Amino acid sequence: MPDNIIPMLGVVTAIRIDTPDIKTFRVEAVDGGKCFEHMPGQCAMISVPGVGEAMFSITSSPTVKDYQEFSVKKCGCVTEWLHHMDVGQQITIRGPYGRPFPVDTELKGKDLLFIAGGVGLAPLHSVINYVLDNRTDYGAVDIVYGSRSKEDLLDLPEIQSVWADPASKMNVHLTIDREQDGWDGHVGFVPNFVKELDYKPDRTVLVCGPPIMIKFVLEALTEMGFVKTQVYTTMELRMKCGVGKCGRCNIGDKYVCKDGPVFRFDELDELPAEY
Amino acid sequence: MMKQLPLDRLPELFRKISEKKTVIAPIQSAGQVNFGVWTEDSILRLDALKTVKSAKGAFFPQVEDIVRFRMEGKKIDIHPADVLTEEFVIFGVRGCDARSFELLDRVFLSDPVDPFYAARRQHGTVVTLACNEPEETCFCTNFGIDAADPAGDVTCWIAGDVIYFRANTEKGIAFTADLESAENESPVEELKKNITEILKKLPFGALNLTGFDGDHLMERFNDPRWSELARGCLGCGTCTFVCPTCQCYDVRDFDTGSDIQRYRCWDSCMFSDFTLMAHGTNRPTQTERFRQRFMHKLVYFPSNNEGLYSCVGCGRCLEKCPQSIHIINVIKALGVNKDA
Repeated sequence: MPDNIIPMLGVVTAIRIDTPDIKTFRVEAVDGGKCFEHMPGQCAMISVPGVGEAMFSITSSPTVKDYQEFSVKKCGCVTEWLHHMDVGQQITIRGPYGRPFPVDTELKGKDLLFIAGGVGLAPLHSVINYVLDNRTDYGAVDIVYGSRSKEDLLDLPEIQSVWADPASKMNVHLTIDREQDGWDGHVGFVPNFVKELDYKPDRTVLVCGPPIMIKFVLEALTEMGFVKTQVYTTMELRMKCGVGKCGRCNIGDKYVCKDGPVFRFDELDELPAEY
Repeated sequence: MMKQLPLDRLPELFRKISEKKTVIAPIQSAGQVNFGVWTEDSILRLDALKTVKSAKGAFFPQVEDIVRFRMEGKKIDIHPADVLTEEFVIFGVRGCDARSFELLDRVFLSDPVDPFYAARRQHGTVVTLACNEPEETCFCTNFGIDAADPAGDVTCWIAGDVIYFRANTEKGIAFTADLESAENESPVEELKKNITEILKKLPFGALNLTGFDGDHLMERFNDPRWSELARGCLGCGTCTFVCPTCQCYDVRDFDTGSDIQRYRCWDSCMFSDFTLMAHGTNRPTQTERFRQRFMHKLVYFPSNNEGLYSCVGCGRCLEKCPQSIHIINVIKALGVNKDA
């Protein structure tokens, strides 16, 4: 049976409201368990027949045995529909697609710095939990995460109770764009916050967020002495097939769906700046 | 050894093949010649050098079903579309279009193999036809294509009132098995000589493609002349739809009333919504979209395919662009070492 563009069935077994425009959907195979195995940073095509199909990063870590989660921001036809459905709804899913973060190779043994903005935490969430579940394989771990407001911080309960727990041996630094009642944490944009935290340029960095944030984070890191071979990101482009054939996510001689979505910044330097 | 058939007995051959296989050939309909299914009533036009659309649709149809869904409450039933299982013959393919199949193979037969395309390739026999009179818009010679002796399962030549056949593959041997042996192959040799002479005189027959390769990717991309070249491009996508090698596709859902039909269809990187996402598009003006189409054919594709260009020089885009902006302009304007 054709399988690379034919989806399989999934069922939504839990829906969590994270922020005013982000929900996290738990997806399992119809007879239970994960629809497929994946690695952190990989994506899946989710569709609602009649509405459309779109690519989403897999938010949960591969170490989660029974399901996969997707944090989805409401911003288009498919995501709008997903946000309005109820638990028990079947959807279609295919994947996993793309090159993951090199968690078992280049990242192993390194001191890690995760930098995320808004829903950009979603793809890094998978890596962070993978690192947490294999904590002794990695060195120091810092997470810098910012959003527009405290309501827009994704996964706040998990961040506070798990990632910030001393047992996790991870340092979490949160920031929001503007002053807000009930917020006594840091206020300011992510790139400046990273500079204030004054990291030594010996970390391996994973960054994901709005393009403008990524741009200024990269400038900040360069100022701090980091080089591009130390910094990874994950890209988002329109996709239809997920297997490098439909042509939509083509940048230079790469296809983001199969050659990415994870790229190191020195690799991006070799591509036209068309993303 | 070649086989032969008087040209006026070709319908007889088609009739015989049609008993077991579908025959696709250049057929005139509504004033246009395109590849279509041959029937007794068809107006066969083997004299037409270029069909309006290329032959790629035989393997990569303009629209094809992928899967159907039935929805009931919260439940979904998935019904994948069947892949082709019947044999067919595509007859009268020119050398340029025949090369395009090899280029499409690079995309659709690379891992993971596209099952719909693979099934069509498996079941299709390609019968090519030498171009007796290549036109001014032809420039296949730049890409190592021989219009006088095109590749395919079977190669044909029409010399006077006789059509000659040469089988090149197992499929080709099966196709020509029942035909009479050619008494004299010299008319074919004569014809090939004539064609080669015409090919030598083509105005765009010897373009300089130096510098169009992966090693000069950024240089070609950053050339300041793209905006000038793209000026006037309407973004109509005609070039894409007549192009034998354009293979980008869209996937869409249609509510039939009783189920959801998910199909794929040809798409164009020239369209403004091709890369449009919720937060915008990475190719905001026609200049970027225009550049993408030509960079893909002349730089990105060869970079990934041992220098093979994703252009076969059929010249359809030269003829059909309403603004006369086409790949020859691009090659001539951006080529390097012109004088070398």
